[in-house]
Amino acid sequence: MDMLVCIKQVPDTEEIKKMDPATNTLIRKGVPSIVSPYDKNALEAAVQLKEAQGGSVTVLSMGPEQAKDALKECISVGADRAVLITDSAFAGSDTLATSSILAAAIKKLGNFDLILCGKQAIDGDTGHVGPEIAEHLGLAQVTYAAKIEIKGDIIVVNKEHDDGYEVIEAKLPVVCTVVKSINEPRYATIKSKMMANKAKIEVLSAADLPDIDTAKTGLNGSPTRVLKTFAPPKRGSGLRIKEETAGESALKLVQKLVEAKLV
Amino acid sequence: MDLKDYKNVWVFIETARGEVRNVGLELLNQGRVLAGANNEKLVAVIIGKDLDAAAKTVTAYGADEVILVEGEEYKDYNTDGYTNAMVKLSEKYKPAAILFGGTIQGRDLAPRISCRLKTGCTADCTDLAVNAETGDIEWTRPAFGGSIMATIVCSQTRPQVGTVRPGVFKKAQPDDSKTASIIREEIRTPAEEIRTKLVDFIKSAEEAGVKLEEAEIVVSGGRGLGKPENFAIIKELADVLGGAVGASRAAVDAGWISPLRQVGQTGKTVGPKIYFACGISGAVQHLAGMSSSKIIVAINKDPEAPIFDVADFGVVGDLFEVIPVLIEEFKKIKAS
Ligand SMILES: Cc1cc2nc3c(=O)[nH]c(=O)nc-3n(C[C@H](O)[C@H](O)[C@H](O)COP(=O)(O)OP(=O)(O)OC[C@H]3O[C@@H](n4cnc5c(N)ncnc54)[C@H](O)[C@@H]3O)c2cc1C
Ligand SMILES: Nc1ncnc2c1ncn2[C@@H]1O[C@H](COP(=O)(O)O)[C@@H](O)[C@H]1O
Repeated sequence: MDMLVCIKQVPDTEEIKKMDPATNTLIRKGVPSIVSPYDKNALEAAVQLKEAQGGSVTVLSMGPEQAKDALKECISVGADRAVLITDSAFAGSDTLATSSILAAAIKKLGNFDLILCGKQAIDGDTGHVGPEIAEHLGLAQVTYAAKIEIKGDIIVVNKEHDDGYEVIEAKLPVVCTVVKSINEPRYATIKSKMMANKAKIEVLSAADLPDIDTAKTGLNGSPTRVLKTFAPPKRGSGLRIKEETAGESALKLVQKLVEAKLV
Repeated sequence: MDLKDYKNVWVFIETARGEVRNVGLELLNQGRVLAGANNEKLVAVIIGKDLDAAAKTVTAYGADEVILVEGEEYKDYNTDGYTNAMVKLSEKYKPAAILFGGTIQGRDLAPRISCRLKTGCTADCTDLAVNAETGDIEWTRPAFGGSIMATIVCSQTRPQVGTVRPGVFKKAQPDDSKTASIIREEIRTPAEEIRTKLVDFIKSAEEAGVKLEEAEIVVSGGRGLGKPENFAIIKELADVLGGAVGASRAAVDAGWISPLRQVGQTGKTVGPKIYFACGISGAVQHLAGMSSSKIIVAINKDPEAPIFDVADFGVVGDLFEVIPVLIEEFKKIKAS
């Protein structure tokens, strides 16, 4: 089974605490970059399938030069081949443009049986890129996978749902996006890290992707445009309840909820 | 693409076993505002099987027009069939905008459709408005785990497509005397074009009861519960109030409760009348999933916990002492 995993390097949102009041943008200085968490789950799923039935795992990312670090991290936990797409013509692409570029690169890199993405990247939180890659490539998609099994050329997925899991079958090749509960990503060892550090990262630019019309990529070529950003509205804090005992506090809360006709 | 050819606001109506889900009705109410701003019609689009009851419901909730696509192949949701139907409809009628609920289904379907139509899609919006000058929709959504809000436009392509969080807009009062024109479209998707097959549904016993995303009351527990057994008091409080159980990621990660119960940036988004956060610190990623709740009640023993910054009622105290009293009192109220 030849698998390809799309991974994105993102700022660690847990570390983002402040906005610049002057520009209303996030202060990203000093915020570490990480492999988007769900992409790690996608990679782990691919590596486990490879271990079970053989095959290869390619990781693909679009981003600045610095994203090579993220790709190296992927090699340290089991990816065989890593490819970075980087070009100033692609900077600022929205999800439609990003997915078209990733899809064009995937076509160029080989025939994959399974293409995996995270359910969403934790910076944009859209979850669009997986389904859009599937559309560009004309493949079936299964989103929110919490379990993946391969039976011959059929993939069986437990797809997260409101009150349980849908079991979905499809014939490979398929694009699948995964949720966190699918697995526990492994850690790199010192040895695997050293090996990954020396690994070669292949680089693709716009010139390597002739199918891509750069008038339709980047900030200016994307159909959606960010008009403005601003700090989330603050919800003021309301009534603080701290009576002599916890029991009294509870009674006061009930009284307040009843007064406000909430219960 | 001549943008002027594109008119009207469409709401994709998600159904579950023939029943209309709330988020579609919420979107009809806000869709009315958007359509009104441009003197356009509000259209409900429903795909499925046996949709007469659903058509009645959306009429009562204010749709001017209802487009139905019915067929055996649409009985269960599937990406390929629904995409085919929506894309054909969109090409024929040229809507200015299509709104989807930000549900598992909506977030599977909307990007697939917008990609085929080569237009933009904005995910998981919490506010929608029309720009008075351009007539474009301004889609506002949280990003970076809720630490920033962004307003996005799709000004050069049509339709404008987006998903909207359940619970952020309110439903209108239904009015059974309302009428709408019903259009039945015959669109077939051949079986071989539907490449995914729903073969089973695993309903976990734990997930029985009130649906988290549609609950009017949500009682969530976090790491402060200490161990899995302690979720019992959260469940009991939820049961007394007729609400649903939620959880923080810390509780899910510890394996105390199913991942389907997680509320937050990477879990479910809820917008109930009352949200109880019990033993939850209030990390920004958690707030991202529940801050559109009408009333937030926090129970936490740490007076410095950030959850108190957003709570309407903040009880500083040990949840193991507070919650049992709440359960007793709510039981009394219910009995009286
Ligand atoms: C990419 C990313 C995505 C994330 N997505 C989500 C998400 O979707 N949802 C989510 O919830 N989190 C999410 N998180 C995690 C989030 O940052 C927090 O780690 C998490 O919400 C903390 O859960 P908690 O409040 O239960 O635990 P803690 O932060 O440990 O808080 C426990 C609280 O319980 C209180 N407490 C302890 N004992 C008692 C007692 N006896 N009585 C009363 N109070 C008590 C403590 O004072 C404390 O405030 C995400 C993080 C990342 C990086
Ligand atoms: N720039 C990128 N490079 C590689 N993969 C990406 C990129 N952007 C998004 N993806 C993939 O698409 C998924 C969904 O991303 P998003 O639609 O941005 O939320 C991610 O989890 C990744 O698997």
